[in-house]
Amino acid sequence: MNTIETATMDQDAVATGAVPAATDQAKKELDKDFETVGQVRVANPRMTTTAVNVYYGDKHAIKNVNLDIGANEVIAMIGPSGCGKSTYLRCLNRMNDTIDGCRVTGELKLDDQDIYDKKLDVVPLRARVGMVFQKPNPFPKSIYDNIAYGPRIHGLAANRTELDEIVETSLRKAGLWDEVKDRMDQPGTGLSGGQQQRLCIARTIAVSPEVILMDEPCSALDPIATAKVEELIDELRQNFTIAIVTHSMQQAARVSQRTAYFHLGNLVEVGETTQIFTNPTHKLTEDYITGRFG
Amino acid sequence: MTTPVTNKGARTADIVQASLKKRYAKEQRFKAIGLGAIVLGLTFVSLLFINIVSKGYSAFVQTHVQLEVYFDPAVIDPTGQRDMEQLARADYRQLVRAPLREMFPEATSRRDKRALYSVLSSGAAFELQQMVMADPDLIGETRSVWVIADDEIDMLYKGYVDRDAPAIERRVSDQVIGWVDTLEAKGLIDAKFNTRFFTNGDSREPELSGIGGAISGSFFTLVVTLLLSFPIGVAAAVYLEEFAPQNKFTDMIEVNINNLAAVPSIVFGLLGLAMFINWFGLPRSAPLVGGLVLTLMTLPTIIIASRASLKSVPPSIREAALGVGASKMQTITHHVLPLAIPGMLTGAIIGMAQALGESAPLLMIGMVAFIVDIPGGPFDPSTVLPVQVYLWADSPERAFVERTSAAIMVLLAFLITMNILAVVLRRRFERRW
Repeated sequence: MNTIETATMDQDAVATGAVPAATDQAKKELDKDFETVGQVRVANPRMTTTAVNVYYGDKHAIKNVNLDIGANEVIAMIGPSGCGKSTYLRCLNRMNDTIDGCRVTGELKLDDQDIYDKKLDVVPLRARVGMVFQKPNPFPKSIYDNIAYGPRIHGLAANRTELDEIVETSLRKAGLWDEVKDRMDQPGTGLSGGQQQRLCIARTIAVSPEVILMDEPCSALDPIATAKVEELIDELRQNFTIAIVTHSMQQAARVSQRTAYFHLGNLVEVGETTQIFTNPTHKLTEDYITGRFG
Repeated sequence: MTTPVTNKGARTADIVQASLKKRYAKEQRFKAIGLGAIVLGLTFVSLLFINIVSKGYSAFVQTHVQLEVYFDPAVIDPTGQRDMEQLARADYRQLVRAPLREMFPEATSRRDKRALYSVLSSGAAFELQQMVMADPDLIGETRSVWVIADDEIDMLYKGYVDRDAPAIERRVSDQVIGWVDTLEAKGLIDAKFNTRFFTNGDSREPELSGIGGAISGSFFTLVVTLLLSFPIGVAAAVYLEEFAPQNKFTDMIEVNINNLAAVPSIVFGLLGLAMFINWFGLPRSAPLVGGLVLTLMTLPTIIIASRASLKSVPPSIREAALGVGASKMQTITHHVLPLAIPGMLTGAIIGMAQALGESAPLLMIGMVAFIVDIPGGPFDPSTVLPVQVYLWADSPERAFVERTSAAIMVLLAFLITMNILAVVLRRRFERRW
């Protein structure tokens, strides 16, 4: 049985009596078969996950998580560093396959299709579940080719005109069209940080995914670029389902409808964003929200 | 914080000040040693170059004698039918000897005449034949032709013969020296640019020999080596880097590849002899076999350089490609390889430069033979430039000394060009993202 390593700050806090014993007690609860507090399941989910466990070698990183991702909603995943939110996110499009020694168990479904089925081809899965990474990573190609790459390899455009259309639509949706329409041939790496991240978002939506996973998309951006991206997320919600990992609680409060709080591999609580941030049920959630630890 | 951590009674600043002199002195010594090492290395390289160039530069000119040649139809084409076979078989030696006799009528005895004729190369007659075959209208004309001189005369004219030494120690007699001086006074002898050095194949006569055959042989060998080693090396590197699982088996493969890079090159020659020539029955001395042997030799270099280049592609690019739904193969061919190609090219060029200078493995597979014809393809017997240098270095004629050095100069020129190209490519393509 793996023991949870408690934060040293908390041990000190408990020792000096600053943190009430309730928190300590709450943490001990996570050891046993913990059941998530709040509404794990939704009415019409896009993705459902049941009893997900992830191991990095011997380290038990994600412990028995059940969670639904609802259609056309933005769900934010928050939690202290190292709690496993990025790991969980990467399970949803099987990006953890690229990591040696990573083992995923449990049932993960996209529209009632088991995505970890041995017979499933992971390539179309990643076209249906796209990902935006923490650090913007445009291809070292032209802006046009960056967006066009996905549709090209999946054969989504019959000819050049259709491809041009897809590229323009994606860039418009990402709010980048006006800024780059005159320099489509220039390398994508020549844009500013915020523009690069929006380029990556445009690249992701160019293949018309059903779900977009965002792993701390604004952590490398300045506040103005962050605001633009958050605006974008709100607009995208109409057509896509979005799961966003963020370490900024303010951002989670701004963009999401549901919020899931992770703590050291366990999904502690999930619920409506307003409820989580004003009236959390679990003690650990409350402590995190109020800044007792993070 | 007034008490310093290392409290010895004195202020820290004073202790540091005292130690400064020693520290700077140490630094200066170290710098001097480094500089000295560079200067030493550069000195030896300069000495090497000066030595080779001073010995070899004279090989780029060849002594010629100007003769008034009468293309006597009686000798060349007695029947008057301009039959090509007849033209080829005519005795052109008479045509070159006649003007010599006219210039120096004092040579009457048989021995004197033979000495007179030895001023010209044995290939002079052949070159006249080539002229007539190319343009039969020359028959009956008198032309001024610059005819190639013998290698001893060449050495004499270039000043390599010690005129003060006693006659027995010289290869040219006083009589011949007198004739050459007369020719020089009349302006009928001159050193012209030695085009034969680049166009002709090997020959026993130094004045007729050239590196043309060796350059062709080297070219075909390198082409075979490049065509084989680059794809195989890159494919192996891609597999080992991207697809191979991390287990003991692949570890062993890696160790073996690194070891192969350290194997003495002549061992590859033995392997080539045993396998390619004996077992597969491939033609001996052919650039094909040479290329195969050199491929085995350069493969470790290319694999190691390619792997390093693949490793340097940031994982974020791979993740981005996978995230958009590219398959593993597409990620590699569309994104990783284009970014890794410059590094691979550099490794390939350096590998080719090494292969160009190799002679030991090629000796074993027979490229050491005396081959006169210039090879037309990878299956014809040939030799390569470093081996040609080795063969000429062994030859007794004095004229081969300068030609050996000249061949080395040509080889070095190619090597330097290739290495500069590798450096330029690396600089140009560094960090394109």
